[in-house]
Amino acid sequence: MSLTYLEAIREAQAHALRDDPRVFIYGQDVGSFGGAFKATKNLAQEFPGRVLDSPISEDAMIGMAVGAAIEGMRPIIEMQFADFSTVGFNQIVNQAATLFWRTKIPCPITVRLPFGGTSGSGPFHSQCIEAIYAHYPGLIVLTPATVEDAYAMLLEAVAIDDPVIFCEHKFLYYHLKAEKLPSEALPIGKARIAREGRDLTVVAYSAMVHEALEAAKELSTEGWEIEVVDLRSVKPLDTDTIVASVSRTGKLLCVGEAWPWGGVTAEIISRVTSEGFGLLDAPPQRLNAKDTPVPYHPNLWAAHRPTARSVAAAARNLLRS
Amino acid sequence: MVHSVLEARPQSDTASAQDVHVAAYRFMLLARLLDEKFAALYRAGKIHGGVFLGRGQEALSASIGISLKKSDVFAPLIRDAAGRLAFGETVLDAVRTYLGSALGPMRGRDGNVHRGKPQEGYLPMVSHLGAMISVVNGVLFARRFKGISGTVGATCIGDGATSTGSFHEALNQAAVEKLPLVLVVADNQYAYSTPTSRQFACDSLADKAAGYGVEVQTVDGTDLAACMKVLGEAVSRARKGGGPQLVVADLLRLCGHGEHDPSDYIDPKLKESPLGRDCIKVAEEFLLRQKWMAPSRIAMLRNELIHNIEEAVAQVQREPAPDPFTEEWKTISTKHLSEYEGS
Repeated sequence: MSLTYLEAIREAQAHALRDDPRVFIYGQDVGSFGGAFKATKNLAQEFPGRVLDSPISEDAMIGMAVGAAIEGMRPIIEMQFADFSTVGFNQIVNQAATLFWRTKIPCPITVRLPFGGTSGSGPFHSQCIEAIYAHYPGLIVLTPATVEDAYAMLLEAVAIDDPVIFCEHKFLYYHLKAEKLPSEALPIGKARIAREGRDLTVVAYSAMVHEALEAAKELSTEGWEIEVVDLRSVKPLDTDTIVASVSRTGKLLCVGEAWPWGGVTAEIISRVTSEGFGLLDAPPQRLNAKDTPVPYHPNLWAAHRPTARSVAAAARNLLRS
Repeated sequence: MVHSVLEARPQSDTASAQDVHVAAYRFMLLARLLDEKFAALYRAGKIHGGVFLGRGQEALSASIGISLKKSDVFAPLIRDAAGRLAFGETVLDAVRTYLGSALGPMRGRDGNVHRGKPQEGYLPMVSHLGAMISVVNGVLFARRFKGISGTVGATCIGDGATSTGSFHEALNQAAVEKLPLVLVVADNQYAYSTPTSRQFACDSLADKAAGYGVEVQTVDGTDLAACMKVLGEAVSRARKGGGPQLVVADLLRLCGHGEHDPSDYIDPKLKESPLGRDCIKVAEEFLLRQKWMAPSRIAMLRNELIHNIEEAVAQVQREPAPDPFTEEWKTISTKHLSEYEGS
């Protein structure tokens, strides 16, 4: 049996619905249609009354989830695209994220954001907005890069007593496959060394992990051994694993598909320079998307986001410095 | 604590009309007196941040709170001191929140009108207007999901909040799900300084109901008896499965947006119109006319409530303030996943 990243997300939701009567799914077209990406395929049929179509009302979808969470439920909200979560942004950052701090009542909601670029998706179906959620106190922000993590981390997200922004990459949905579902996984908050190396640390997350791994493969033919750290979770951020890696390699390149101003890559560089300045043999670098909306045409899109090629080029510059 | 001359809430569903109206009036008066105390503390520089009064909206607000059961859900807005008290909030918790006591429900983390106890169905508002409606929907949805029937959820907004996307999304959502929601709009003629002519273009906010497929009633928000009738019926219809109920009350805000606001923009003609009547006076006249209360009893009640408020304020002023050195600076409940551990 082989399973895609998307199927793992579907399986994790089926598992959560089966195991916990407090779980329900609410989102646009998630019911009998099975979701725009089929992440809830057949779940409405398997779990009658627990997988429900919502109106196109992102604000009210999140508000509804918060109210249900106050009442002890564990809602999973599917945003059809991460980009549209900005319409529900207020409820996420002001309602869900502040509830426990203000009232001691936990807010166990999971907001699934199909995010990131795919060819031809353009400015409003491609965005990477994990950093803006990570900026707000009160949210956990997850960015699984593998089929196994998509499954295990979604299950853990539903079990966590706090609001989780679950960023699932659309580019990984179909072509990333695994042989089986994992029975155990690293806990949330721990990064993973996706490839060991001694010459340079590349920190990446979500789809960029695969670009980094491909770049590492290419550079290995040139004699460089690149260590790739897969963050898994951008909030909390596993600074210890990153600093430990930099202590071995002395060089740091951070890769993010999000826009360059601020964000996850900037946060990592800030932390490493503060906590491990003496470990660095060269100025740390970062590679992000260009500072424009995500373009439609494949030629433009491929140049807009970091790719294995641009990661390898940035790594070469750093290795030679 | 002095012995009360009145029961706070009528004890049963079969309480007499006299009992419920007198009880509602008591909450109106308590809210007015409490608001006046907050305003005085604000002017004396004893309150951090703003003070927001419900002056002119007490009849409407008390009618909502008293029409609900303790097992219902209530998400009040800024001018609902009376409804909060009628729903079961204590004067002590209100004072603690305004004065930032560490012993209050918000522990100094949030203040003034941003207070509640979600575990008791009393939801603390966020400042973003219309945002609480869908949260009430969520509680009602979850109760239905769990097989709990007979719950009603009520929430309050002003005319300004009807212009938000949140209002639209949430009222539509409640209608689609046929939830037992009572959405009360206090059309108090101004959203901060903006008159209704710059807020909406329909004749009445009640016109909006048809677009959502929900029932609507309008009411004179200055008239306690009318508010009690309309709110009581709306809550009852929602409880019996009649779906969302919109109630639009016409009244005038008899104060500024907050105590910082001299509100000189309010049209004097409105103040002199029937909308500008003080609902407390209207209620007193009604109760006297019905011979449900004597003037002496009203005077006694006023003194008793003032005494209770003064006692609460004196107690809270002796309570500890939040301490930044012992404060746990963490936002999430899953402690080991907190960022900035130890910072």
